[in-house]
Amino acid sequence: MLQKITSPGDLTRLREEIQAQRKPDKPCIAICAGTGCQAYGVNRVIGAFEEELDKRGLVDQVDVLATGCPGFCERGPLVVVKPEDVFYQRVQSNDVAEIIEETLVNGRVVDRLLYKDPNTGEKVVHEQDVPFYKLQRREILWVNGLLDPTRIEDYIALGGYGALMKMLSTMEPDEVVDTITRSGLRGRGGAGFPTGRKWASCRRAEGEPKYVICNADEGDPGAFMDRAVLEGNPHAVLEGMIIGAFAIGSREGYFYVRNEYPMAVENATLAVEAARAYGLLGENIAGSGFSLDIDIRRGGGAFVCGESSALMRSLQGDVGEPQAKYVRSVEKGLWERPTALNNVETWANVPLIIDKGWEWYTEIGTEGSKGTKIFSLVGKINNTGLVEVPMGVTLREIIFDIGGGIPDHKAFKAVQTGGPSGGCIPEHMLDLPVDFDELGKVGSMMGSGGLIVMDEATCMVDIARYFLDFLKEESCGKCVPCREGIGRSLEILNRICEGRGRPEDMALLEELSETIRDFSLCALGKTAPNPVLSTLKYFRDEYEAHIHDQRCPAGVCKSLIEYWIDPNLCTGCGACTRVCPQQSIEGEKKAPHVVNKMQCIKCGACYDVCRFDAIVVRSGSVTPTIEAQPALALVEAN
Amino acid sequence: MLETGVLDSILDQHSRDPANVVAILQDIQAQANWLPAEDLRYVCTELAIPLSKMMGLATFYKAFSLQPRGKHIASVCLGTACHVRGAERIVGAVERELGIKGGETDEDLQWTLETVGCLGACALGPIVVVDGEYHGQMTSAKTTRLLQKIKKADGNGAG
Repeated sequence: MLQKITSPGDLTRLREEIQAQRKPDKPCIAICAGTGCQAYGVNRVIGAFEEELDKRGLVDQVDVLATGCPGFCERGPLVVVKPEDVFYQRVQSNDVAEIIEETLVNGRVVDRLLYKDPNTGEKVVHEQDVPFYKLQRREILWVNGLLDPTRIEDYIALGGYGALMKMLSTMEPDEVVDTITRSGLRGRGGAGFPTGRKWASCRRAEGEPKYVICNADEGDPGAFMDRAVLEGNPHAVLEGMIIGAFAIGSREGYFYVRNEYPMAVENATLAVEAARAYGLLGENIAGSGFSLDIDIRRGGGAFVCGESSALMRSLQGDVGEPQAKYVRSVEKGLWERPTALNNVETWANVPLIIDKGWEWYTEIGTEGSKGTKIFSLVGKINNTGLVEVPMGVTLREIIFDIGGGIPDHKAFKAVQTGGPSGGCIPEHMLDLPVDFDELGKVGSMMGSGGLIVMDEATCMVDIARYFLDFLKEESCGKCVPCREGIGRSLEILNRICEGRGRPEDMALLEELSETIRDFSLCALGKTAPNPVLSTLKYFRDEYEAHIHDQRCPAGVCKSLIEYWIDPNLCTGCGACTRVCPQQSIEGEKKAPHVVNKMQCIKCGACYDVCRFDAIVVRSGSVTPTIEAQPALALVEAN
Repeated sequence: MLETGVLDSILDQHSRDPANVVAILQDIQAQANWLPAEDLRYVCTELAIPLSKMMGLATFYKAFSLQPRGKHIASVCLGTACHVRGAERIVGAVERELGIKGGETDEDLQWTLETVGCLGACALGPIVVVDGEYHGQMTSAKTTRLLQKIKKADGNGAG
């Protein structure tokens, strides 16, 4: 039976007890067990470590720690050997015996598993020296690598729930609201509404009970920072919610977690149960007289439920349709009661601010946007992963310094920010500082933090089409501008991508976009035109090439491309003929092969499999002449 | 239909509260693999929810299926990161190999093909998840081979 915490002193004693049982110099193998590394098969690596330590009788001398995601997904599975913090990347189960023998037993590093800095060519030994991490400011994410998210004791040992105790013993609710207001914290879910102001309105609002909600329905494609925080450090989010509930006077709360994130659901559930068991949640929290309970709810796979009023309808057991914005959820939210809903990352910032003070927090970031922001840096980028930086860092620093630039020596084309609500930002704007206000000025938004990098092989018309296709599926259909407007815009984009675009289509798209933006009910519709408008603005030449020349410059739009084998590069290895589902590639062994365009379905299988870059995607007027491709004449003659 | 006892225990776990209906449907689907009409009728009667509202919920939330789903579920991630890395070609490969389109189940209930907004494992894109197992950095040829391997293993098991 756990000892319940009935006073702040109890927590301090518990922390000291846990720390006393742990030796700081005891070797520990910290392995990222987040969803990304799970996908790499990290469970086999963890199993191999446990087995090997057992075999060598080292189980009592070495800890194995399965942590949350520290962010460097590109190099997973990630292993850090503590206390020296030796950093190994892309570790497989057959590397495990060597790590134990060399690093743990002999105190040497395994050179081949170290990260090599591509700029200097030098191997990096320690985690903190890896450029990807070194250039960040990881106030929230760094904790992910230090604890097992399923163990509350790990969080407490690191000082966790200290902010809650400080608040319960020294602060009044108004003071808490005031501290958050002064910190300048703004909602991390996308809209950037000042958190302190939201809490103050909710505190003032009449009606009982009041609710706190954690929005963990992270639906933007290409964004996974909330998942990483909730999976990797659920107690920080929970502690933030308890502090918020105290501030507004709430006794009930909910986590609303995306159904596609099973590990986040599980870790949040475990966190709530463990906090309850220790008396940090439930009746009379830590003997303070303040009570709060929190439940977990899973989403149903509807993107629109990330919108706060739709999320509340969903929590009530209804269809997740957004409400008109003049009804303020801080006054009439869940079950028509005052509700403070914040996003995962916002809640995770709260204990930091209470712990270190608002003055500390305001030193980070820009004038209007304080603190750090976690971005998920994905797409055509060398270092895919989660990046936490102070607000105001430029896109160029994030993409090129931290992200390591574009793979395969391709040229950067655009970065898409803000998910389906955001826009595409071209190269000449990369020196923009990233915060809530700056990106809005150029037709995008910071949004919840997805940064999708695109290179020269990305078609911007196709990207606009992609987002509208996504939004058409996800529009709840309640209001006409969104439901019909997105559908009609998509029809236009589809015909442009198929080479049937009309000269007037660009103007028509702009007109439709304005209507959708001005008259939709919720943010899903209001921001839906952003991907279209920003690509029209910055990549108009690509639209023109599709419409006027039936050409897709990036070689993406299926109707406008063809696959062609460069006879100078083709070695006749036959790899393409073996994968072609249509048997439409012909040629003698060791002689250049040829695609029979009449049969080709443009599936791209040959392109994926060719090791000699001989398969070329061509678009528009570049169709080869028969003379340039003599073998083609034969095929076509048959 | 699930046994009444099973349905009752699901309802009890959620305190027979109509506000918890989404969670109740999630639990039914976890057991039955889809939402059979009789089960929905039963829940409606027990919780006094109109059938029309139930249909609204079951069709609004993407997680729910009103059709039986296949023994194997293949999900192709269509997140933006996977999209720019050629996820469309992967969907095409799965569609050709299984003979079904996204959202469909084949006639003998062996396979269901789903597409998903984003799985958040973007470093591994394009991603295909088959029966909960992630397969990263896929190409159309690798995808075809993966599915053929699973089909073959099934064939051997049956034979």
